[in-house]
Order: sequence, then C-alpha cells, then structure tokens
Amino acid sequence: MLAQDKSSLQRTPLHGLHVARGGKMVPFAGYEMPVQFPAGVLKEHLHTRSAAGLFDVSHMGQLALRPKSGKVEDAALALERLVPQDIVAVAPGRQRYAQFTNEDGGILDDLMVANFGDHLFLVVNAACKAEDEAHLRAHLSDTCIIDSLADRGLIALQGPKAEQALAKLGADVSAMRFMDTGPRQVAGLDCFVSRSGYTGEDGFEISVPAAQAEALVTMLLENPEVLPIGLGARDSLRLEAGLCLYGHDLDTTTTPVEGALEWSVQKSRRTGGARAGGFPGADKVLSQFEKGASRRRVGLRAEGRAPVREGALLFADAASSEAVGKVTSGGFGPSLNAPVAMGYLPTSLSANGTLVFAEVRGQRLPLQVAAMPFVPNTYKR
Amino acid sequence: MTTLFTSDHEWLRIEGDVATIGVTDYAQSQLGDVVFVELPKVGRSLKKAEAAAVVESVKAASDVYAPISGEVVEVNEALAAEPALVNSDAGGKAWFFKLKIADKSELGGLMDEAAYKAHTA
Repeated sequence: MLAQDKSSLQRTPLHGLHVARGGKMVPFAGYEMPVQFPAGVLKEHLHTRSAAGLFDVSHMGQLALRPKSGKVEDAALALERLVPQDIVAVAPGRQRYAQFTNEDGGILDDLMVANFGDHLFLVVNAACKAEDEAHLRAHLSDTCIIDSLADRGLIALQGPKAEQALAKLGADVSAMRFMDTGPRQVAGLDCFVSRSGYTGEDGFEISVPAAQAEALVTMLLENPEVLPIGLGARDSLRLEAGLCLYGHDLDTTTTPVEGALEWSVQKSRRTGGARAGGFPGADKVLSQFEKGASRRRVGLRAEGRAPVREGALLFADAASSEAVGKVTSGGFGPSLNAPVAMGYLPTSLSANGTLVFAEVRGQRLPLQVAAMPFVPNTYKR
Repeated sequence: MTTLFTSDHEWLRIEGDVATIGVTDYAQSQLGDVVFVELPKVGRSLKKAEAAAVVESVKAASDVYAPISGEVVEVNEALAAEPALVNSDAGGKAWFFKLKIADKSELGGLMDEAAYKAHTA
C-alpha cells in the first residue's frame, strides 16, 4: 500500500459513483482515483477499443485565458510567449496540442489549447496544474485574465461507440472532426465537447459543471455499450497509441525535439517562420531543429513476452556495461497481446528496427525500435 | 496432504518431502489480469524469502518469494503459455513450482487455512 494518507487526497465530483461501481481507489496526482473497476484492466482496455469507455479526468486542470482587449488573438499571441506552438492559427472551434517550455527548452507540462471564439480554453495535467496556473499568471496577467475553472468536471468518452452514445443523449456531434471543440449541450447540460482523447480511438472529452457531472455520467453508463474505465487501462491505451505521459516520457529535461514532438511545432514558430522563437528555451529548441538532438524518444517492441517497464536501462548490445538510454513507459499492450514500451535512446540508435537490450531482473532482453503508434489510431479526421 | 499459507499470499501443498507452490486466489484478485509469469530454473536452490518467480499484470510486476528453502524440482510450463491461468485457477492448475523441502522445520512458521482466512479478512 502507498503510505499516503487518503484523507489528504482530493476527490473528483464522480468519487461517489466510482466507489458505488466498485472502483479500486488509489492516490494519483493528489487525488483519489479509480485504477480499475471490477471488469479489470484487460477487459476495460479491450472494451474501449471495441465499444466505448468512460474515463473520469476531472483531476486535470481546466483554465480560461480571457484577453483583456476582448480579442482572442491577443490571448493567443500572449500564450505564444510560453509555448512553441502557433496558437494564433488555431481557428475558433478548434484545439491544438502544446507544451510549456522552460529556459533550457525542457517541458514544464503538455496541454491542450482550444479557441472558444472570445477566449482560450486550456486543459493541463493534474500534477502540474497549480504550477501552470502560477506560470500563466506570472507571464500573461498583463494581457489576460486567467480563470481557473475548478467548478467543472471533465470526462472522456472513447471508442467506436462514443459518437452514438452521445447522440442518444441528444448531442449532435456527428459533424465534429478530430480536434474540433466548443460549447455544446449534452442531455440538456451546458458542456464543452471536443473530439479528442488519450487512447488513440475516436472519442470525446466533455467538460461539465461539477454539480451535474454525476448526472451526466449516470446517463452515459445506462448505455450497455459504455463501461467505466480506470487509470490502469487509460495508461495501457495511451501507451499503445504512442502518446506521452508527462512526468514519465516528457519532463523538464526533455525538449520537444528530443521528445519526438516536432510535428507539434508549426513552421511559423521555427527559424524563418513569421513568429519564429519567442518562447522559453527557443535558442536550444530551434537549434535542435537545425542540427538534431543527441537523443530521441522512440517506441520499443520486445521479442519475448516479458513486459519491460519504466526505469529499465537500455544497452546497445547484450554485454556492454554502459547504459545508452532508459525506458520511460512500458507495460503490456492488451490489444497487441504483447509488451510495448517507449524510452530515450541516442539518435544514432533511434532508427526503426534497431536492436537494443533492456536490463530486466539481471537479464538483457532484446527490443526493437518500432514506429508509433503501436496500434493505429481511429481519429475521425 | 497438507495445505499451508504465507502472509505473502502463497500456498504450499505438502506431499512427502515435496512442496507445490502457487499464489492464492486473494493474491490473483489483487494482482489483476496476469499477462506474464517468470519461473525459476529446475535445479535451482532457493533460500527461504528469496525472489523465486515473477508474476506480471498489465500494470505491474510482483515477486513471488520462496516460502521455504529447497531445490526446484519442477516448474509449471503451462503458465508461460497461458499466464491467465493464475486468474482462473490460482489454487489449482496455476501452481508455479515444486520444491524439494530442505528443512521441514521451516513449515512450522506457516499458516493453516483458517489462520490465512483470518489474515485476509
């Protein structure tokens, strides 16, 4: 058992529902969260890929960035001082993946940024939300009002039956494409709905007033296609989808280039672009775009059945004594019925198909650098 | 034939000087879906409390400790092919390994079924 005293943990608006549904509650990022439900991690994972899984992600931070000028471009320009993404180009009703960087180009947190027409809506990681909010206040208070939307719950509905499940509650989301977002009614409740998620599946993330979160989830769970899913399957789903977990695959020592997130940095912010640089650590990050970085995040597939987990050291061959890298996320992929991992390797060893070895319980297990996602995503583009 | 239990949620079935060892149903329910089992090599000499096997769920790896000292005389190869047996039949088909008991006095420190039931209650 973890030593942390449960009484010091926060609860989401769905806590009572989790306990009533048999959720096994564990401490996570300062919250008491369900790691699994009675179905178990394996079934929860597979159910999300074949039907629909419902996740409580209310522990994540939701923030509104309101421009004092009333013009959303001003909030976008202000936020670009803290992230290497093109925020100005995010059209109303769209969202984009971003990272807060530090002066060394390391990542302070990763987040979603949505354009809600007259303001930006941000979703940040639970473990970082207090620091993120302070960071925004320290740097953007001149142009923006920063509202913490702590009175809202957040759920994710993921999988091929997600759209249908929302339609049953009167939410017409069929016209939404991947990364479309905005205020929408679901079952008559004032929600923010985005077509996005953290599983590689088509699906939605729904922000709902905290007081109505339980009512909404209860209605969704009345649908036999929808099962509640815990953090265990959330992790195995995102790992198969090749998606990073902040604090593990990304942290203050990894840059967007080292993290293989070049795709998330638009040309306008790179050297020669209209608004090149201008974010913390830009010199280092932009130089890495030109010259490359010394290490890189890669996907890893094991040849055997033994899962290779976070922290396992990586070696260039079966006998060498010097580790060349480390696994940052690893486990068993239920959809692949095989172990999957990601980690950092020297760029010279980062090409797909490269053979490396992980040390597990004193043995060197062969792994191959492999393309991600491990399981193809089913986003509705 | 006697069945004994450890506080680490292993069971031992004693037949003569051989102990068959597995994990309890309570242990498998705590582990969740088992996806990998690593067994000791036949012929290996284990000391009491030494890590003998590994059982992995989707989420985590757990050690299985030798509940008593002895030499490994047989391992359950079926578990390598079908790790989920641990979930479906922890107390039966999913035995892990058999030990030739080195010192029968070590059995004295183990629990009987009633004591184990009280331990997990």
